[in-house]
Amino acid sequence: MSGRHEPRWRGDWAGAVTYTFNFRDVFAAWEFLAEGLVLTLILSGVTIVAGFIIGTLCAAGRVYGPAWLRLAIATYVEAIRNTPLIVQLFLVFFGLPSAGLKFDAVTASLVALAINLGAYTSEIVRAGIEAIPRSQIEAGASMGLSGVQIFRYIVLFPALKVIYPALASQFVLLMLATSIVSQISAPDLFHAASIVQSRTFRDFEIYAVVAGAYLALALLFRLLLAAIYQLIFVRR
Amino acid sequence: MIRDLAFIDLLYLVAAMRWTVALTAIAFTGGTLVGLSIALLRVSPIGPLRWLGALYVHAVQGTPLLAWLFVFFFGLSIVGITVSPWIAAAAAYSIYAGAFLGEIWRGCLQSISRTQWEAGASLGLSFVEQLRYVIVPQAVRVAIPPTVGFLVQLIKNTSLAAVIGFVELTREGQLTTATTFRPFTVYLLVAALYFTLCFPLTTWSRRLEGRLHVAR
Repeated sequence: MSGRHEPRWRGDWAGAVTYTFNFRDVFAAWEFLAEGLVLTLILSGVTIVAGFIIGTLCAAGRVYGPAWLRLAIATYVEAIRNTPLIVQLFLVFFGLPSAGLKFDAVTASLVALAINLGAYTSEIVRAGIEAIPRSQIEAGASMGLSGVQIFRYIVLFPALKVIYPALASQFVLLMLATSIVSQISAPDLFHAASIVQSRTFRDFEIYAVVAGAYLALALLFRLLLAAIYQLIFVRR
Repeated sequence: MIRDLAFIDLLYLVAAMRWTVALTAIAFTGGTLVGLSIALLRVSPIGPLRWLGALYVHAVQGTPLLAWLFVFFFGLSIVGITVSPWIAAAAAYSIYAGAFLGEIWRGCLQSISRTQWEAGASLGLSFVEQLRYVIVPQAVRVAIPPTVGFLVQLIKNTSLAAVIGFVELTREGQLTTATTFRPFTVYLLVAALYFTLCFPLTTWSRRLEGRLHVAR
């Protein structure tokens, strides 16, 4: 898990001349890498949906809830935002079994990632909710809208429009952060890369290819999120 | 050999925090050097330099930090350089922090209104002089809260250096877990120690931000 302490190629600069790049072994494992890619996509997708729901509920609770709920949510948000994701992941995967909750690696990853993203999302959404002028809400109330209607049409929807760029960046960062689940052996893209690396010893080649794949994914996510923005906030 | 979790283990964990702090300091120093260059590239009047800066930021922000760590730790050995976890981590974190700090500071430089640049130009100041005497002194004030906020991100992300065998707080937690087999307690302690490092900074950053808004 922790990797090797000794690099394999020791020697002087002459070694630089004798090393030739070879991507054949890396591309030969493309099916294996593609399986990892699928899990990376699933983890990102499910976590983004779950994290967004958790985040929105927490933001609403933090703004409108009773004092005890506000305190509970604030504690959750601060605890998550001030500790590393990898420690949260270890806590869920290695720690919780001793409390009687046993997850497989993929479920543990989903749980940890959703809890993590929920905390960050809730802070972003809260900033949006608090930016809605009070007069807007009063205008809604004077039109006879119910509390839920006011929250949905007058608070949440315009708030999401304002914070959408921040939210989109957070989602892309989350997609990149899913690579950390490889450390609890969830078979994602990065884990597949580690396996290919240990089989072929083509260290540089495999990680360069996988870094390129993540870069392409990040670009794809940005395009997709921009398209969703167009669909929800512009074309209506 | 499995033994009980004892008070000494907590002391070991606390002692390991200094490597987390040291790595953060190195990453922040390296990141500052890279980040300043990137921020300057991105506001420069020369187009290709701006594109170069943008390319760097997008490339680094679009790849996982883990990949950078692995490329430096495992990858550099192919050119015959024996890399210690220290060097690999310092290089990877400088690149990573440089992209984020560069982007933060670019935003701060650009938040200073265009007329300030023009006022400088009308006094006959060169681009460098405009930056030095007009823009940067104003931008620094805006830059402090988000920079402190990023420092918190950096502290948390130094935990990833554990995977290349760098013994800091998270790796010490893994080692302690291996000898005591008490993962829940140990990782809870590790999380609590990170919290004691990060929470004061988070609070400070928020307070600075509030003060800035009042001053406007």
